[in-house]
Amino acid sequence: MKYFILKEASRVLFPALLVLSLVVLYRGHNLPGGGFIGGLLAAIAFILVGFGNSMKRAKDLLRLNPVQIMALGLATAVLSAVPGLLFNAPFLTGEWLPGFSLPLLGKVHLGTPLVFDIGVYLVVLGFVLHSTFSLARLADIQMEEEKS
Amino acid sequence: MPSFLVISLAVIFLASVIAPMVVRALGDRAGWFLAAAPLAAFGLFVSQAPVIASGASLVYEVDWFSALEASFALRLDGLSLLMALLVTGIGTFIVIYTGGYMHGHPQLGRFYLYLLAFMGSMVGLVLSDNVILMFVFWEGTSITSYLLIGFNHEEKSSRWKALQALLVTGLGAMAMLAGLILIGMVTGSYRFSEINGMGDVLQASPWYTAIVLLILGGCFTKSAQVPFHFWLPNAMAGPTPVSAFLHSATMVKAGIFLMARLNPALSSVGGGGLWEYMLAIFGGLTLLLAMFLGLFQKDAKSILAYTTLGVLGILTMLLGIGTEYAIKAMVVFLIGHALYKATLFMVIGSVDHEAGTRDVTLLRGLRKVMPITALAGLLAALSMSGIPPFFGFIGKELIYKAGVGLAGPDLIFLVVAFVGNLVMMGLALKAGVGPFFGKADLAALPKKPHEAPLAMWIGPAVLAGLGLIFGLVPFWVSTHMVEPAIAAIQGSTIHSLELALWDLVKPNLPLLLSALTVAGGCLVFINRRRFWAVADGVLARIRPLGAEAVYDRLFNATIWFSKFQTIRLQTGRLHDYVFFIVATAVAFLAWALFSFWGQPVSFAWASYDPLIIGIVIIMIVAAVVAVSSRSYIKVLAALGVVGFGVALLFAYFGAPDLAITQLLVETLTVVLFMFVVLRLPPLKSISKTRTRLRDAILASVFGALITVLLIQAVNIQFKSPISEQLAAMSYPEAKGKNVVNVILVDFRALDTMGEIVVVAVAALGIAALVSSGLIKRKEASK
Repeated sequence: MKYFILKEASRVLFPALLVLSLVVLYRGHNLPGGGFIGGLLAAIAFILVGFGNSMKRAKDLLRLNPVQIMALGLATAVLSAVPGLLFNAPFLTGEWLPGFSLPLLGKVHLGTPLVFDIGVYLVVLGFVLHSTFSLARLADIQMEEEKS
Repeated sequence: MPSFLVISLAVIFLASVIAPMVVRALGDRAGWFLAAAPLAAFGLFVSQAPVIASGASLVYEVDWFSALEASFALRLDGLSLLMALLVTGIGTFIVIYTGGYMHGHPQLGRFYLYLLAFMGSMVGLVLSDNVILMFVFWEGTSITSYLLIGFNHEEKSSRWKALQALLVTGLGAMAMLAGLILIGMVTGSYRFSEINGMGDVLQASPWYTAIVLLILGGCFTKSAQVPFHFWLPNAMAGPTPVSAFLHSATMVKAGIFLMARLNPALSSVGGGGLWEYMLAIFGGLTLLLAMFLGLFQKDAKSILAYTTLGVLGILTMLLGIGTEYAIKAMVVFLIGHALYKATLFMVIGSVDHEAGTRDVTLLRGLRKVMPITALAGLLAALSMSGIPPFFGFIGKELIYKAGVGLAGPDLIFLVVAFVGNLVMMGLALKAGVGPFFGKADLAALPKKPHEAPLAMWIGPAVLAGLGLIFGLVPFWVSTHMVEPAIAAIQGSTIHSLELALWDLVKPNLPLLLSALTVAGGCLVFINRRRFWAVADGVLARIRPLGAEAVYDRLFNATIWFSKFQTIRLQTGRLHDYVFFIVATAVAFLAWALFSFWGQPVSFAWASYDPLIIGIVIIMIVAAVVAVSSRSYIKVLAALGVVGFGVALLFAYFGAPDLAITQLLVETLTVVLFMFVVLRLPPLKSISKTRTRLRDAILASVFGALITVLLIQAVNIQFKSPISEQLAAMSYPEAKGKNVVNVILVDFRALDTMGEIVVVAVAALGIAALVSSGLIKRKEASK
């Protein structure tokens, strides 16, 4: 039950959506976007592959297990809280590197809130994919049973 | 060098944490290694004893929750030194003893973990200067003692008794916490060292009675005073080392300790106030009841348990009498009791271990096969009986000295003390001497006894020996432990007192009373079989009238009520849950609305764009379709319309972040729903028309209330909205122009962190559900 158009579309859209999700993640501090939306977009990219091609392919593309991605996200978020402590400020205080300019991106500000947002991104991505894969697994098994 | 206070505490907790690993590495010998921790702490405390004896006190403080007045403040004064020495000193031997007693037990590591954590909590309790810190350690002892008493958790009665101890002491602790907070409110201080200087402030306060009653609620439950005495004999369900430790130096002494600690603050100047009489009367009652019940016991461990109860009664009573001699007697008795009670419990544990029974009607003449244990038991029993030259004699003599100083109706306490001591001596002989003398009948025993291993006799031998040595040369103990402790309990300065035996052995009334006590005690011992003959009948008759019966009834009633409301509220049907939740929300909302009744509800229709009104109408229609449709696809589509409508509203009102999120979530919901929708049974209406009508009304009321409240909320503005402030702060403070994102990742980042943790936990829940579904399916296909 594979649709050609969906499959081909997912092939093109997958990298595009991933890049978009990263852009949304990065620009979130000043413009609409952020880790939550970015994470959802990235999850949708994978789900699209899952529908267009197969859930297995989506899992392969992900490389890591969704639960590991969530753990990574939580660890990243906690890590982003530490620099504040090192500067004798409360836990989670935002600390920023001095701004610099890059071609294409313009003026760049890097700081712990962005790292924190990456953590959020990863947790959301992991959560959505974990739920999707779990439900898909249940549905697949039922389908097999109905066939047999 | 006050940091040694923390070190002594940390060493014990550290030993607790590494105990399972040590046991894995060393097996039964782990006890010798782990005992180093309490021994080190003991050494540290001994090294500070001269400082304390000179009248100084050591303080260590780290700021903790300063906003809650809770600081990590430790203070070593005479009273805490005395208790800390007892806890760590006896604790050292208990740890060693455990290695022999629990030899080869598969969960020895866990046991050491609990035991050392218990010890650490107790040391922390006696060292705390901050009231809140003390409470934390107090609860620590409750929890660890629960784990220890219920250590044989495969047995139902063991679990029940452990829970009983936890509930009784835990509920008492709640009352005590209220009392401690009241003290803090009245005096404005959460430090014992400051509170104790403000006794006059406390007693002038209208809260004084409440404070006394609440504090005593905690102390009486912890120290098993009437009518909360019943948990203590039941606590013997734990392994013997636990009983030995719990009865001699820890747990039950915590209540006594706190009463002594707060004595300067709560006792009235001239004596004879509420505090004094509460202590003296309940202490006396506890003593009498414990001695009465103790007469009928046949299990050596429970005989000892009832004598502990009796001692706790005496100590409380002495504190209540509160004269110079009474406090002196209390401190001396406390030390003496700790030494002989730990010994006797360990001796009985060894007998149980070697002979396989604790029934004193069977145990006889073991002195030939277990000579060292028998000697330790004999010494301890003699000290407990108050025979000179043992340390117990000094304690008892001081009690009588305090007693003869009383006048008028207070003399009743002397009588109570006399009767109590008399029976206690009989019980001491019964448990400590009876099993070892007389004609041996080894064939009647379940096991062939022989001498206990070194680990099991060293503790009893040393502690029993100390009971004799302290009696002969009481000078070090007197100046380093007793005098500073008395000063701390009375809130006075240290002055020396004569404890030497030859000062006490003078022909006077107290000595005569002592002699009578000994004679009476022997009489009780000789006639012990008469009590055993009627024991079962008497105990069975008393049981339904006792405090434990009341506890059982309360406990069962609570269980019944909880079952009743669970059946009513937790039906297991989603429909009912939603109904209850919404109905509760309606009730609260209606109440909220009612409190703002009379506020004009104005709604400016003109200020809304026709576009918005159109979207809202579409959403309403979709909602009605969603409710009334019987097809999943239709319901899903209709819900999608509502969701996208909300997204449009967000977009319209200038919240692009919310709009995007809403759109993505709506999309994902539909996708995820598609996995299951085709596998669900078709939608059916199974509820009655009446139920549906009820739900429809409730839902409409809920919707209407929310609407009205929202309109009200727009009109009522208590303070300037925080959003303006956040928007103004966003760029200068957090270098971000998107306020929503700045709030999420910077201003309220801690909230976000909590939320992503919740998300991750929810994912684990899903994993559990899915895998349980898979397992069920696999089983079904088999």
